[in-house]
Amino acid sequence: MEKYLYIALFTPLLASLFAALFSLRPKLLFVGVISSFLIAVSMVSSFHLLHYVYTTDTAVFVKMYDWISIGSLNIPFGFVVDQVSVIMMVVVTIVSTMVHIHSIGYMDHDKSFNRFFAWLSAFVFSMMILVMSDNFAGLFIGWEGVGLCSWGLIGFWYHKKDQEKSSDIYKSPYSTLSPYSSISPSFAANEAFITNRVADLGMLIGLFLIYWNIGSLQYEAVFAQIKALDTGLITAIAIFLFIGAMGKSAQFPFNQWLANAMEGPTPVSALIHAATMVTAGVYLVIRANEIFIAVPQVGYFIASLGAFVAIGAALMALVATNIKKIIAFSTLSQLGYMFVAAGLGAYWVALFHLATHAFFKSVLFLGAGNVMHALNDEINIKNMGGLHKHMKATSIIMTIASISLAGIFPLSGFFSKDLILEVAFGTHSYIIWAVLYITAGLTAFYSFRLIMYVFHGKQNFNEKGYTPHETYAFVIAAMTPLAFLAIIAGFFKAQFIELTTKLLPELNVHISSATFFVLILLTLGIALFGIAFAIIKFRKDGTYFSSKYKEHSLYKLLANQYYMPHFIENILLKPYLALSKFAFKVLDLKIIDAMVDGIAKLIYKSGNTSKVVQTGNLSSNLRLMVLGVTVLLILVVVLAIAK
Amino acid sequence: MSLNAYLILSTILFIIGMMGVIRRKNLLMLFFSTEIMLNAVNIALAAVSKFHADLTGQMFAFFIIAIAASEVAIGLGLLILWYKKKASINLDTMQSMKG
Repeated sequence: MEKYLYIALFTPLLASLFAALFSLRPKLLFVGVISSFLIAVSMVSSFHLLHYVYTTDTAVFVKMYDWISIGSLNIPFGFVVDQVSVIMMVVVTIVSTMVHIHSIGYMDHDKSFNRFFAWLSAFVFSMMILVMSDNFAGLFIGWEGVGLCSWGLIGFWYHKKDQEKSSDIYKSPYSTLSPYSSISPSFAANEAFITNRVADLGMLIGLFLIYWNIGSLQYEAVFAQIKALDTGLITAIAIFLFIGAMGKSAQFPFNQWLANAMEGPTPVSALIHAATMVTAGVYLVIRANEIFIAVPQVGYFIASLGAFVAIGAALMALVATNIKKIIAFSTLSQLGYMFVAAGLGAYWVALFHLATHAFFKSVLFLGAGNVMHALNDEINIKNMGGLHKHMKATSIIMTIASISLAGIFPLSGFFSKDLILEVAFGTHSYIIWAVLYITAGLTAFYSFRLIMYVFHGKQNFNEKGYTPHETYAFVIAAMTPLAFLAIIAGFFKAQFIELTTKLLPELNVHISSATFFVLILLTLGIALFGIAFAIIKFRKDGTYFSSKYKEHSLYKLLANQYYMPHFIENILLKPYLALSKFAFKVLDLKIIDAMVDGIAKLIYKSGNTSKVVQTGNLSSNLRLMVLGVTVLLILVVVLAIAK
Repeated sequence: MSLNAYLILSTILFIIGMMGVIRRKNLLMLFFSTEIMLNAVNIALAAVSKFHADLTGQMFAFFIIAIAASEVAIGLGLLILWYKKKASINLDTMQSMKG
């Protein structure tokens, strides 16, 4: 089985290195094809491993070599394929393969086609390291790896220039109504990278605490000994690890980078949101569940934060007109759901929602990519409309994904989201349940608001002179398996529970079947109501917010993303810039540089003054030599006497 | 005679040699001076060896004589070459490699 593990892990690296060979060359189709093929090989290996783990119930351990071995510090480069990591591997590779194939079509006309695949495959490789590592150090390598690759991909079109800041809500790059996702791709890339670095510091502190107190970073050793530690210490470890997870999974207050990351090419968004980046934080919490179980109050904080993010993001999605940002906010909201589940101790439910979410979210993004491609990269949904006639396949696939996202029976989203609501209700967290319940309705509404604006109603793109056309057949073919999984993934719930509960704790929720049934009906009801409201309102008015609402300060608050970009710019960035300038001009130039320059000048001057002894005359050199020996002799004698 | 007498002789010879190294500008004289210094050390070594009944000092003296001989042979060879080329063995003229 080790063979399959190595294949699954290293084929993405091979794909990346292969594509990197041609990164400066003009577009070469075979680079994309071979990369996609190699990722598909990884997918097949992952499936094989899934089958092996499912049928034999044994985890595959591999220790490649001792990576760091200094004194008592011993960190091997080891990998594990167990019930949790194998599910992550399968989800990651399925989505990645389809995204790779989709990218061949999407990046068709891009001059950096080859470079794109080099980054994309490296992204998958980093994520595979992250999920397969059998210790926290390896996880951290993958963790940083995905951070780096996200930087390269979000800023893929780094040559685009910065947008002017503006107080006009329809032009400001900080608003979700403007035609810009962020100030510029390089701004968004740096923002994502730096935000993650800040959060990673928290995670590093968590890892140090673990190492100091346990003396190992291997999962097995850590989880075996964690309960013996002091409760305060476990709380600290759990909080610091969760700060890392907050950064990667874009939980408040580290959420701003995720929406701005929409500057990247759309397949990248699909990959980040479904497979390779934001799920890493959830994975960390699931993987380290033994730490979080030991401190339930931290878990409750995680759940509360998750619920807060879930509704906050869903509200922003209500008013946004940027097609990608609506979907990004919905990811944020669904990540909140996952953290609620994980925080309340239902780890396998979080993993289940992660998997189903990966399928419908990736397909939503890929569909959005098709739409934007058809309309010359238009991202304002109000300039679309009536595309169903022109892009039937994309329209159907996106509608399926949206129904799944809304959580309608029998699509996959229903099973996972409903479980999370049950968990919230069953653990008597009624406030969290109520928040999530309302969010479920909002989710259904904004998903269908997007569908209606894009695919139905009046064709608003005619005046802009766009001639939409359906994308390549192979792109649709790549999206079909994902859409299919978005429909049927929920039916594997029984097998999923059987597999994951071998490693993760079982659900500890007791609800009578009558309550359970009522809950399901209630959730279904609000989701259906959201959808129905979106459709009927659109049929009637053709729009959702009349001009009266648009002047309302609440509308502006949501459209400006709660003024968070403004807050970050004015409260964080500007003082930080001033501080940096002060540090550079005063501390660096006047103190540190002056010291270093002073030492250099001193040596230079002393050399200048003492170079007169270098006459080149042998006779005078000999005299100096004798003088030197004499001085040393005298010194020896003096010291000897002094002693 | 006591050991001190030998050591004083050795010191006097060494200082004479050192003065020669410092004062003389003729390369040939420089060789003589170094030779005197080496032999001053030899006297000291031999004397100490004799008085302490340890042959190691005399062995060292032999080594120094052998090395001094080879050193003078090479030095004189170079000196002759230099004299043929420049017709002078004054130390002050030897500055062709000054930076």
